[in-house]
Amino acid sequence: MLDKKGIAKRIAQELQNGWYVNLGIGIPTLIANYVPEGISVEFQSENGILGMGPFPFDGEEDADMINAGKQTITAMSGACIFDSATSFAMIRGQHIQLTVLGAMEVADNGDIANWKIPGKMVKGMGGAMDLVASADNIIVAMMHTNKRGVSKLLRQCTLPLTGVGCVKKIVTNLAVLDVTPNGFKLIERAPGVSVEEIQAATEGRLIVEGDIPEMKID
Amino acid sequence: MNKVVANAKAAIQGIEDNMTLMLGGFGLCGIPENCISALVEANIKGLTCISNNAGVDDFGLGLLLQKRQIKKMISSYVGENDEFERQMLSGELEVDLIPQGSLAERCRAGGAGVPAFFTPAGYGTEVALGKEVRYFNGKPHILENALTADFAIVKAWKGDPMGNLVFKGTARNFNPLMAMAGKITIAEVEELVEPGELDPNFIHTPGIFIQRIFQGVNYEKRIEQRTVRQKV
Repeated sequence: MLDKKGIAKRIAQELQNGWYVNLGIGIPTLIANYVPEGISVEFQSENGILGMGPFPFDGEEDADMINAGKQTITAMSGACIFDSATSFAMIRGQHIQLTVLGAMEVADNGDIANWKIPGKMVKGMGGAMDLVASADNIIVAMMHTNKRGVSKLLRQCTLPLTGVGCVKKIVTNLAVLDVTPNGFKLIERAPGVSVEEIQAATEGRLIVEGDIPEMKID
Repeated sequence: MNKVVANAKAAIQGIEDNMTLMLGGFGLCGIPENCISALVEANIKGLTCISNNAGVDDFGLGLLLQKRQIKKMISSYVGENDEFERQMLSGELEVDLIPQGSLAERCRAGGAGVPAFFTPAGYGTEVALGKEVRYFNGKPHILENALTADFAIVKAWKGDPMGNLVFKGTARNFNPLMAMAGKITIAEVEELVEPGELDPNFIHTPGIFIQRIFQGVNYEKRIEQRTVRQKV
């Protein structure tokens, strides 16, 4: 089974040279730490920066330099800064090659819910609806089940949707899955996790074809 | 042309109860601190505030919420504010949550004379309820209307008496868009410079969008999430 860092490491293997990448808050943010050697990507944060760098050194934080999670950041050499409309022009206009975000629920038709729990939590969608409606290549990074052990990979989402039919790939602590017209297709197992365990933790339709390889994580 | 006013109190003259305001900033980054304080002091009530976020409990727009000066918020993300959540759940505060990119574009459109536009963001969700759907290139889009405000209040790094503005870092965010969409736009700046000091090639917001400008004082520039790494 993977921890959060493991999920980030596995998604980092998907990065391709020259890509512009938008990382959501939480597990996706960790991916920036595991960019494979020889691969050059630029990270976009939707409040308005391309070429986002690591956190500043202690004492060098700048209130005017934050990411979409409101964390203090630095800019890489060659970074650029722009207003929020230009930022979402990059997103809606499909100039970003990969979007990675978290989710509360994903359905086996690619629907995603991650912004609201009626009566309990209403923080708002931020940029998530624009991101999922526009991106061609969306990976969801999340735990396979919630804290109560209930599957987050469902036949149908129960929470208010963020986007419809948009998720292409999911990486969880248990598995890598592709979203296909017939449901979640199991691509890889996390180290030490069996197909049966993945099946038991997946409420939506799961397609298992042939031998499912185990992920290779450093 | 000289649009300089003395201070925040002078800048907010004409803002009355029940008006609609746009306030720049993302989180606490690039918010018009001086004008927010002046609005608190003037105790103007019943405001509709268009702003990406609602501040935190004791800073930013949270200060106006504390004094119940806001009737309605139009935002994309309102976490990090307990008083906001309480007022929303109790029904005291009306809240319209809209996707961040749609919010930015609606402000831009309002200032640019584009009354509405179609976007894929929010299709198939609560956000699309009651909105016209149209297919372009086989993909569904929803109609979003432009936003304007009685007053837009923005914060910049540098500005000149003509109202030309330069922003610093990610404090730019919504400020240039809202600057365009106010019937009257107020700019507060950290540094008010002489005409000609700003290089025309590097102006972010042209002065035509600004009606009043002043040099702010005592900027706190609070950091919401201080994240650092250690030197090894």
